[in-house]
This record gives sequence, C-alpha cells and structure tokens, in this order.
Amino acid sequence: MLPAWMKSFTHWPAVQNVVNDMKQLYIFIRKEFAHVLRDRKTLLILFGLPVVQILIFGFALTNEVRNAKIVIYDQAQDVASQQLISKIEASRYFDIAYAVMDRAGIEAAFKKGDIRLAVIFPQGFNNDLLHTHHAQIQVVADAADPNTATTLTSYITSIIQDYTAAQEPYQITPQIRFLYNPQLKGAPNFVPGVMSLVLMLVCVMMTAVSIVREKETGTMEVLLVSPFSPLMVIISKAIPYLLLSLINVTTILLLSTFVLKLPINGSIPLLFAESTLFIITCLTLGIFISVKTNSQQVAMLISLMGMMLPTILFSGFMFPVENMPLPLQLISNIVPSKWYYNIVKAIMIKGLGFSAIWKETLILVGITVILLFVSFKSFKIRLS
Amino acid sequence: MIETNKLSKRFGDFIATNEITFEVDKGEIFGFLGANGAGKTTAMRMLCGLSTPSSGTATIAGFDIYKQTEQIKKNIGYMSQKFSLYEDLTVTENIRFFGGIYGLSNQQLKTKSQQLIHDLGLEKEAKKLVGALPLGWKQKLSFSIAVLHEPKIVFLDEPTGGVDPITRRQFWNLIYDAADRGVTVFVTTHYMDEAEYCNRISIMVDGRIKALDTPRNLKNSFHAASMDEVFYALARGAKRSE
Amino acid sequence: MDAVIVNHLRKVYQDKTAVDDVSFAVKKGELFGLIGPDGAGKTSIFRMLTTLLLPDAGSATVDGYDVVKDYKAIRNLAGYMPGKFSLYQDLTVEENINFFATVFKTTVAKNYDLIKDIYIQIAPFKKRRAGKLSGGMKQKLALCCALIHRPSVLFLDEPTTGVDPVSRKEFWEMLRKLKEQEITIIVSTPYMDEADLCDRIALIQDGKILSIDTPNAVVAAFPDKLYAVKADQMHRLLKALQASPLVKDSYAFGEYAHVTFEGDLEQELAKQGLTGIELQTTPVTIEDCFIKLLKEKQ
Repeated sequence: MLPAWMKSFTHWPAVQNVVNDMKQLYIFIRKEFAHVLRDRKTLLILFGLPVVQILIFGFALTNEVRNAKIVIYDQAQDVASQQLISKIEASRYFDIAYAVMDRAGIEAAFKKGDIRLAVIFPQGFNNDLLHTHHAQIQVVADAADPNTATTLTSYITSIIQDYTAAQEPYQITPQIRFLYNPQLKGAPNFVPGVMSLVLMLVCVMMTAVSIVREKETGTMEVLLVSPFSPLMVIISKAIPYLLLSLINVTTILLLSTFVLKLPINGSIPLLFAESTLFIITCLTLGIFISVKTNSQQVAMLISLMGMMLPTILFSGFMFPVENMPLPLQLISNIVPSKWYYNIVKAIMIKGLGFSAIWKETLILVGITVILLFVSFKSFKIRLS
Repeated sequence: MIETNKLSKRFGDFIATNEITFEVDKGEIFGFLGANGAGKTTAMRMLCGLSTPSSGTATIAGFDIYKQTEQIKKNIGYMSQKFSLYEDLTVTENIRFFGGIYGLSNQQLKTKSQQLIHDLGLEKEAKKLVGALPLGWKQKLSFSIAVLHEPKIVFLDEPTGGVDPITRRQFWNLIYDAADRGVTVFVTTHYMDEAEYCNRISIMVDGRIKALDTPRNLKNSFHAASMDEVFYALARGAKRSE
Repeated sequence: MDAVIVNHLRKVYQDKTAVDDVSFAVKKGELFGLIGPDGAGKTSIFRMLTTLLLPDAGSATVDGYDVVKDYKAIRNLAGYMPGKFSLYQDLTVEENINFFATVFKTTVAKNYDLIKDIYIQIAPFKKRRAGKLSGGMKQKLALCCALIHRPSVLFLDEPTTGVDPVSRKEFWEMLRKLKEQEITIIVSTPYMDEADLCDRIALIQDGKILSIDTPNAVVAAFPDKLYAVKADQMHRLLKALQASPLVKDSYAFGEYAHVTFEGDLEQELAKQGLTGIELQTTPVTIEDCFIKLLKEKQ
C-alpha cells in the first residue's frame, strides 16, 4: 500500500497525465513488438541477417588464416627463442615453412608470395630477458591482404603473451611491421562494417517501412484522429527498434568474439554507448524517410539505395575512401555510417578510448540533431 | 457456353465451392450473386482458368476447364472493379495494349480503338491518362476493352461498385449491347436492382448454389416483392462469410 | 446546437476540385447521410471534418470546435472509421480493441455499455487475428474501435461499400441503436437505397451538393408523376422509351423501366410491337431523385 501522502500525490493531474502517457507508450510499444514477432519474414531479416552476414564475412575472410605459412629468422638461437618457436609451431594457425638465415632471405620469401608473416628474434634474446626482463621480437606481416595480416599478428601477439605470462617477470614486446601496405588501407575490418550495415538496414528500413505501412493500411488515419500525439506515434515506433538493434549489436559482438575469435580490444560500455548513438541516428533517418514517402515499396527502395549503398561505398568498409576523388571524399563525410565505422574500428580493433573518437562522436551527434530537427519540422499532424 | 457439373474447390478442410452445377446459354446475361465469402470469387477464378478445380467438370465455350485453359483464356474477357486499366497509360495506349495482348492486328487495333473511343464519346480524352478519368468512365472503358477482342464470354466482377446511378445504367446498356451481339455475360454485383437486369441469376450461400432462376420466378417462389428480399431470405442463414 | 457545421468548404487537389463550396449542418443526435458515388468528394469532406486535411477555403466546426484551430479538441471527441479496413490485421480482436482504448485514453470497461451489443457478436472470436475475420466481422470490430472512447460525433466513411446486402442491413440496424445513445452520426455511402435509413441526407456529386433534406422531403420534391413500365422485351422497351417524343425521361430500374411522360404512352409502345406491357405509377425513390438532379445539372 502507498502511504497517504503518496496517494494524494498520484492524484495530481500532472502526475496522472504522466502515468497515462507512460501507459499509452507501453501499450504502443507492446503492439509494435507484436507486429515484429508475428511477422516471420521481418523476424528473419531482423535476426537472421546479422548472423548470416557476420558468418559469411567472417569465414570468407578468415578461414585462410589457419595454417598460414610463416618463416622464422632466429638470430638468437637460444633457449627462449627455441621455446617460443616451438609454441608457434604447435599453434594450429601457423605453419613454419622454413627457417631463413638472413634478412635478404625474408625479403625473398615475401616476394615469392608463399608466406604471410616473418618472425625475427634479435641476437641475445634470452640474455635480454634474463638481464633486463625485457626483450623484443620483430613481426613482419604481408599487409597486401590487410585483414589476414591483422589477424595473424594478433595471433602471434597472443602466443607471445601466453608465453610471457608463464615467465614472470619477463616481458616481450612484439614490434609489428606491415609490408606493402603499412597503413592497412582498405582493411576489410568486417565486424565494424557489418555492424554499421546491419544497424543501417534494420533501423532505417524497418522504422521507415513500419511507419509507412500504417499510412498504407489506413491505421495512421485512425491514430491521427485520436488524441494520441502524432509525435508519440513516431517515438513509440522508434523505441522497439532501438531495443531490437541493441540485441543485434550484442549478437554480432558475441559471434565475433566467440565464433570468429576476434577480440574486442577497447571498452565494451563505450562501444554500446556509441552504438546507441548511431542507432538513434539511423532511427531518425528512418523517420525522415517515412515522413517523406507514402508507400512501403518506396520507403524500402530509398532505404536500400539511399542508405545501404552509401554505407557500403563510403564508410571505408569495402573501398578505401582515401583513394577516392575529392568530391566523393567530401560526400563520404555526410554518411553517418562512415563515422560509426571509424568509431567501432577504433574501439574494437585498436582498443582506443573516448579521447581518440570524440571528434567522430561529435559529428554523429551533429548529424543526428540536424536530422531530428528536419524530420520533426517536416512531420505532419495531418494527412497531406 | 458455360457448363459446370459438381464443380468443387477445396482449400484443406475448407470447401470454398461445393458441387456447383449450372449452365449459361449463348448471349445470356447471367447474374452470379452471393454474400461476401460465399465462394463467388473462387468459382469465377476456376471458370476463367486461373485456378484448377478440386473435383467436378466444366467446359467454357466448349473448352475443358482442366486441359484447355489456354484456349479458354483466348475466348473470354475479364473485368473487375479492382484491376481494370493502367492508370499511367492514356486511353489509346490502354486500348492498344490490351488489344495487342489478344493478338489483334495493327489495322484491327486502329479501327477498333477509333470505333470504341467514338462509341464512348471519349474523343477529347483519348490522349489523357486513364488515371485522370472519372471512375464511371474508367469502368465503361474497361468493359469495352474487355470485349474488344470479341470474346465468347465476358466475366464481370462487381463492375459497377461505387459508380453513380446514371453511369451504372449506361454501363448496363453496354452489357445489353454486348449480349445482343451474342456475347455471354457472367456478372457479379452487390446491387440487387442490377440483379433484375439479368436474364437468370444464381445465389450462392456457403459455397453452394441455393437458387437459380429468372428474377421473376425467384421472386414468385419466395413470395418476395424484390430481389433484395429473396437474397435476404437465402443469405440470412449463411454460416460463413469470407 | 448543431453538432457539425460546414461553411463553404472547398478542397482542391492539383487540377481537380474535390469539394466545391459545400455547406451543411448536422443536428446533435442526428443520423446524417452523405450519399453519392465514388469520387464525389465524400472522403475529402470526412477528412477535413476529422482534421486530417486542411480545407483550401471555407470553415467547419465539430461540436463547436474549429477543424483547423482546435484540431486537438476534435481528435478527443470524434470517432472515425475510414473507408478501408484500418485496424491491425496481425493483432487479435481483443488486442485491437484494447490498443485503441488506450490510444483514446480510456478502457473497454468504461464504455462497455456503448459497444456491448456489437462486442457480443465478435466476442467469440476475440483471440482471432483481425486479418482472419470475415468482412462483416471486421466491420463490427472497426465500429467497436471507433466507438471505444464514446465519441460525441461518429464519422463513418463508406462503411458498407463492397459488403453484401445482409451484412449491410445488420450494420444499419447497429447504427439505429447507436442513435438512441445520442451520438451524432455522419455516414457516407454510394448505395442510394441506404438513404431512407438516415434522418437527413445530402446528395453529392462532383464535389457539389445537389440536395439536402429528409429523405421524404427529397422524394416529395420530385416534380413529375413517376411510372414503372415493363414489357416482355425489356431491352427494346428501353430503346423505344428513349426514342419516344412523349417521354421526358426514362431509365432502367430493376425489373422495370422508370419513366416520366405526357400522353398515351401505353398505346404508342404497343404500336411498336412490344408485348406484355404493364404501366403503373410507382413511388419515387432517392435514386430517382439523384438521377433527376444529375441530369438537371448536366
């Protein structure tokens, strides 16, 4: 039971209104979930798509990574280097093709193109460990295929970390160098790519289509003639898709961590916060499209052509933006997924914190605010 | 022209059309009535060769409904309230398109489309998009196009829904003219006064034909003053709808 | 006070005037019919009255509220059933009703007495999805949803279009009962025979009102004596009537032809070889009036 003073509080008209509004919102959201859950096709797109995309991209791009051929140039030839080499040899990811005797041999091996990575132990490797507790290993990777290169270097790094973990207090720093494509340009860092693609698709298309569907079936007419605020109609449409999209983000991250073994190097809360921001950007875009169109097909087409294509083209996920002509580079700046892609890449792969991505975040916030403003401006409380 | 014998269509357990048997003569105007969901649309689809019956037999213009659907399609015309014409083509373009589908030669198309436009008094509108025409004109045009290739039978699915009373009567004049030329007309309608314009009508209830006769005989046997009453007496007991 | 007042209302789409200087008033508790074919402008009038469309000229009030300025107030008090079935097909009957009750800030229990008669008929299907209901049932559900907040004015846009005569009859019986609850009802229909069931009607064509009055008064205003004639050769009869100099107007009407004329028509028809001629006076219907008004206009 509520105490008396609280009871009187709940009878204030203002409070009652808020309670009523919340109830309406809840009912509306529940209805929206019913729509989604009862439509198998939508469900399939919603949850099947990220899984399929992650798996296709993941396996298409990573299954070569097993048994990658590498060479080892062991200048130290001591206990520590031998132990590490045998660890690398034991790993299923690497296949030691042959040992080389000098730097020229490494170069030759890369040029022949049959190896992907070289590990170079400096002279006095064990000695450095014993006396300074610290040693270095050079890792050289062929970055012509940047994805494989990053994957392989991260494998090597984790093998080395494994080794040092058992050898407290020794530390070994791998010095990683990428050959041929040192900046990893155009790296199909597909998890961030798939994340921006899937969120774009789910949020923009689903929101736009679900609002336009109500226009088409005529239920929007009835809702507009009700005292329910039209703005609330839109907001309560957006909330379920925000939740569903967060589920999608989680699915993608779980899949990439546990199935594809791609670790998240940065802060997970930060990643989710940035994802929420991007989802809101997408929802606003979807609302904007729905305000401007009257048929589901048109909404779908605009979402696909107008949103998916720029995401694929301009986010840097498939094609390196740096190589594009200047006008296209400028266009790429207004594509929200480009910024989100960079943010996710920074957090997931480079393990960077907020200080490294505040600019991108600010730009996304800016785009969202502008979109919100424009779509609320053009939102009509009437039919036409 | 149309002969059916115990024609049925089942969807799972549901018998949409249950052993309907009837005949329609050449040049007859046959009204096909029934409540919503009585099975009219299903029956009409079978007769047009668009869906295969579950059992029973039927011939349309002498062609078997199972094996000769292609010939059937060549010999019938079809018009419905929902789909009639392409709204984004002009009157002339629509005539030429539909005439072309039925294999009319260019010469035929030319004379026929001129004739048709003249008969309907659409000379001024010939170059206008069909979407810009009033509904009644669209329906008249749509009917004329459905009989352009001189089919033996024309199927009309609620052709006059929502049309004003004058245009409705003009539309029926077109139907009479077609029947005078020997075209068999098979028509569904929700307007009971239109049922009176038919030579004979059948009333379907719950998948079966409950009554089939001339309007006058039906009114006599049901002691009813109007077709409305006859229909009400029969359809009131309907178990299912749609 | 009048529940709905419409003053010189006009709506123009690109090249077409859908509603052309329409004025009428509906009294509280009245069952008012807008009768006219598709494209006459009925839906546009409804949408302007339900605040969905802005008029291009003229004004209108619903329960004293202006449809442009006070749209929020009207949205609280009006009930609206659009022409096409506009409920959620993938929600069950019960879910639809509860949803609309919440949208209108009320509950089913609060206004149950109002919808009871209708709700009882669909209650056996309350767990069924709305999309799986029959045409008549959908219509009843839609009416329930439109009534759920006890609107003071109910707008029904072509509720009986495409519905078979039996369901139509049932629907009108429901409207009659609602009238007893003192709800003002404005209904549109293309079926002329439904006009008699309204308290007052407006006949409308091409965005213009042809006549507004009670059905009886509309019929009484028919200036000529109307005859029904039939013969064994109906099609020939119709052609003969059209050609005859005696005939003022003639058209098919059910099994008869309706005709207004001067002189000895029966003899003239017999001369033309028609047999089985029956000629008698017949009561004027709304449809006769509509045809008359349309022809006068043209």
